Amino acid sequence: MAIRSVLSTRTLSGLKETSSKLLGFRGIQTFTLPDLPYDYSALEPAISGEIMQIHHQKHHQTYVTNYNNALEQLDQAVNKGDASTVVKLHSAIKFNGGGHVNHSIFWKNLAPVNQGGGEPPKGALGGAIDTHFGSLEGLVKKMSAEGAALQGSGWVWLGLDKELKKLVVDTTANQDPLVTKGASLVPLVGIDVWEHAYYLQYKNVRPDYLKNVWKVINWKYASEVYESECK
Amino acid sequence: MAASAAVTANYVLKPPPYPLDALEPHMSKQTLEFHWGKHHRAYVDNLKKQVLGSELEGKPLEHIIQNTYNNGDLLPPFNNAAQAWNHEFFWESMKPGGGGKPSGELLALLERDFTSYEKFYDEFNAAAATQFGAGWAWLAYADNKLKVVKTPNAVNPLVLGSFPLLTIDVWEHAYYLDFQQNRRPDYIKTFMNNLVSWEAVSSRLEAAKAASS
Repeated sequence: MAIRSVLSTRTLSGLKETSSKLLGFRGIQTFTLPDLPYDYSALEPAISGEIMQIHHQKHHQTYVTNYNNALEQLDQAVNKGDASTVVKLHSAIKFNGGGHVNHSIFWKNLAPVNQGGGEPPKGALGGAIDTHFGSLEGLVKKMSAEGAALQGSGWVWLGLDKELKKLVVDTTANQDPLVTKGASLVPLVGIDVWEHAYYLQYKNVRPDYLKNVWKVINWKYASEVYESECK
Repeated sequence: MAASAAVTANYVLKPPPYPLDALEPHMSKQTLEFHWGKHHRAYVDNLKKQVLGSELEGKPLEHIIQNTYNNGDLLPPFNNAAQAWNHEFFWESMKPGGGGKPSGELLALLERDFTSYEKFYDEFNAAAATQFGAGWAWLAYADNKLKVVKTPNAVNPLVLGSFPLLTIDVWEHAYYLDFQQNRRPDYIKTFMNNLVSWEAVSSRLEAAKAASS
């Protein structure tokens, strides 16, 4: 059997620090769960340590595991020329790959208060927010409302439309990454509104979670992404 | 045209046909208090507010569901109406001391359409486990056949042209308190082994057959 010597790198849009490893001789790059840059309990009281641990170690890990499995199966199907299996795998790849992409961004979107969590954005992003939404408060109100109104599972995003050079607020369903709403959209801040993101602490009261999560949003990271995309 | 089965739902928050602690240890009182007392209640209350003063006000729940599904391009009242219906149907799909294998005609039909109860179990289990995100898994009846269906968010078999017979809620709020650490598979097994009300399924099937003839 031919050994694939060419690495097929699957870099996911916006994700610069994906850790990955070679799987055997197949040459596909698989993924590992990224570490959090803070302790599980560091975002309290906005998000409980219990939620952070389960969210990271169970939910995100499951996406990574299932994504790797789907990629392996895809690789085999591609090598065999099994077109119908390749097509059949797309939803598992989108769901689990999307879950990995989205959560990797999410952990960077959060920071403990003593590491800048909740500090309003300054510089270019701060100015852009005021221009597009009137004020940070205006943006927060809009994102919280859209996050609360989302039926089922999904995410609410602040994104940059690279082409139109403007900020947008949008939602995606399930684990669809923001880019599925527009090829030129770059995610700056994503807030997970799947029930697992808040249920153990806030139960059915998603609006309370949305009120409190802003206290630990890491605007420094969002600013960095914004400035690098605007160059 | 799919008519409602033995469960008629309207916009009243009907309590489950058992006390909130009656399904313990398989489904906790705490879960029922939140799931029925908060989630289900909110769907009913929000639906009432939503249809107030509109042409949908006072219409049966099934009517609202069918008329707002809009081929998947959902109109605003759909989510609340369908979720109100789905949850009432869900409580009545369970009973204390339930679960396990049915008998009689229902077992015969499961064996006819799935080859065995075990094959049905596996298929229902897989549907519930692989519904990405929020949704429901169903046993449904259409064209004189039983089948397993999974649906996203608030969608139910009524809008897909079949008669619902049994459902399991796989939104995270249904199992997140009792099956911590994201153990949806354990929740599904517990539901199948300990909670399913085959009596409810049987009477719904009778109603479905009568409506189809």
